[in-house]
Amino acid sequence: MKLKFVALLVGAFVFLFPFYYMLIGSLQAEPDPSVSGAIPAGNLTLHNYSEINSAISLGRSLVNSGIFTGGVILGTLVFGVLAGYALARLQFRGRGVVFNLMLLFQVVPFQLLTIPLYVLIVRSYGLADSYLGMILPFAINSTAVLVFRQYFLQLPVELFDAARIDGASELNILWRIAVPLVRPALLTGVLLTFIGPWNEFLWPFLITKQQDLQPLAVSLSNYLTTVSARAANPFGAVLAGACVLAAPAVALFLIFQRRFISSSLESGVKG
Amino acid sequence: MTVTGRASILGTRGRRLSVGGAAVGRILGQQPIGTALVTPYVVFLAAVFAYPLAFAVYMSFHDYFFAAPGAIVERPFVGFDNYVTVLSDPAVRRSFANVGIFLLINVPLTVVLSLVLAASLNAAIRWRTFIRVSYYVPYVTASVAVVGVWLFLFNSNGLVNSVLGPLAPDPSWLVNSKLAMPTVAIYVTWKQLGFFILLYLAALQNVSKDLYEAAAMDGADKWKSFWNVTVPGVQPATTLVVLVATITGANLFTEPYLLTGGGGPDGASASPVLIMYQRGIEQGNPDIGSAIGVLLVIGVLLLALIERRFVGREDR
Repeated sequence: MKLKFVALLVGAFVFLFPFYYMLIGSLQAEPDPSVSGAIPAGNLTLHNYSEINSAISLGRSLVNSGIFTGGVILGTLVFGVLAGYALARLQFRGRGVVFNLMLLFQVVPFQLLTIPLYVLIVRSYGLADSYLGMILPFAINSTAVLVFRQYFLQLPVELFDAARIDGASELNILWRIAVPLVRPALLTGVLLTFIGPWNEFLWPFLITKQQDLQPLAVSLSNYLTTVSARAANPFGAVLAGACVLAAPAVALFLIFQRRFISSSLESGVKG
Repeated sequence: MTVTGRASILGTRGRRLSVGGAAVGRILGQQPIGTALVTPYVVFLAAVFAYPLAFAVYMSFHDYFFAAPGAIVERPFVGFDNYVTVLSDPAVRRSFANVGIFLLINVPLTVVLSLVLAASLNAAIRWRTFIRVSYYVPYVTASVAVVGVWLFLFNSNGLVNSVLGPLAPDPSWLVNSKLAMPTVAIYVTWKQLGFFILLYLAALQNVSKDLYEAAAMDGADKWKSFWNVTVPGVQPATTLVVLVATITGANLFTEPYLLTGGGGPDGASASPVLIMYQRGIEQGNPDIGSAIGVLLVIGVLLLALIERRFVGREDR
């Protein structure tokens, strides 16, 4: 029992150490890869943050990441809730087909669609270097639709029958009765959806060539592969950028970790 | 009283429906508005999944190239030419072999580690929340961010090598053609493990406590009850973990692109998606890129079928 606890603790250390090292490295004036460098004694500075900020404009990149992520969350909340509700609660022709298609497309990996999507969105629709082009392939998160559907299914059927007898329209029922009752699902949907576009690299990397439209993940990786060789402390600047990119996702996860874990569990078991 | 009341209400409702909308109901369903609500999502699925999928197959059989918008160009049907080009390209063959090595390391390691960790974390232990959260953090963090630290850690004169001292490999991890792909595989396993622990933790909630009690009564020790109760109990989850890990692994791109500087050294860690990007977009041959993509999908589907038979058999 004790041994297991120690082993788990050592494992947790292995998982957390790179994050600690990321923070320390971003604060060191000189890169110090020696063992003693992992325990810093003084000489900490914010210089690396201003270095990366002057190279890739952190603020602008964060705004771009925010717009990209926000657009996806908005699309998922609006259209995903409508679809989830219809799939859970309404009898209409083709419901089974839509649900099965949705499950089928879950197994189609996004990377395999990148070439045709690139040809269509960049070449045919001319949406290169635009937020719309960035958001479009992710606009509705199917996992979130599954979560919404699952929560709508759990509401008692009497509620809907009663409202229908009272003459409420289906949209009224959705907006006044169903949505307020599934607020936790909405939060889960937002959290689930957030980490996708915030951390996404390949797609925005392909379609944004203009630096002032690139999300942070893209501008940071461009810095990593091209510019960093010329910087005085390349690792320090990269790690500073990495901290800025990691912080919002990690913070959201820590704040909502209880909900994140338990609700993912539920949808995982049933979905 | 209430029961009869409700029954009569439902009765009237049923009758009203049958009078008013029987014909409409039979064709469109009871609530045809559902079609309207689900339409944006269906359009999205069609535009982002179905059409591109068909378009990729179309491109792979044609001499497809980028042209100025609006220009009318001929893109003749070329049969399997693109596939022949792809299959005779040593870089492509190498990338498929590389991803095979990747999966051989990543998938078994992921299954074993996430199951063992989930089983340990499911028990009552001290600091459980803290330990659980630590394992999830890499999963929620952007790969681009974490790659920065790994580059620093696994650099020739990085922390890992200074701890190892004379045991450090030469050339170092990410620039060593034998170690580059395994290092990428370890990195991805570490990064994704939290998600798979989560899947197993969910599955463990469905394993009946009675089975453990029965096993204990039969004198099974911890190890035996893990092997004979837990492992068969989470069988469906194991199938899911194997399939998801395979699909994610086959789509490897960010890590070889950033961690080993574009699939280096000398193509030793190039993945099919990386080659697909280089051929299809960098070099402007979307037909070749699509052919690589189609071959990759077929490969993944075949692998998934084999894995399903192999992993799914144990519980029968």
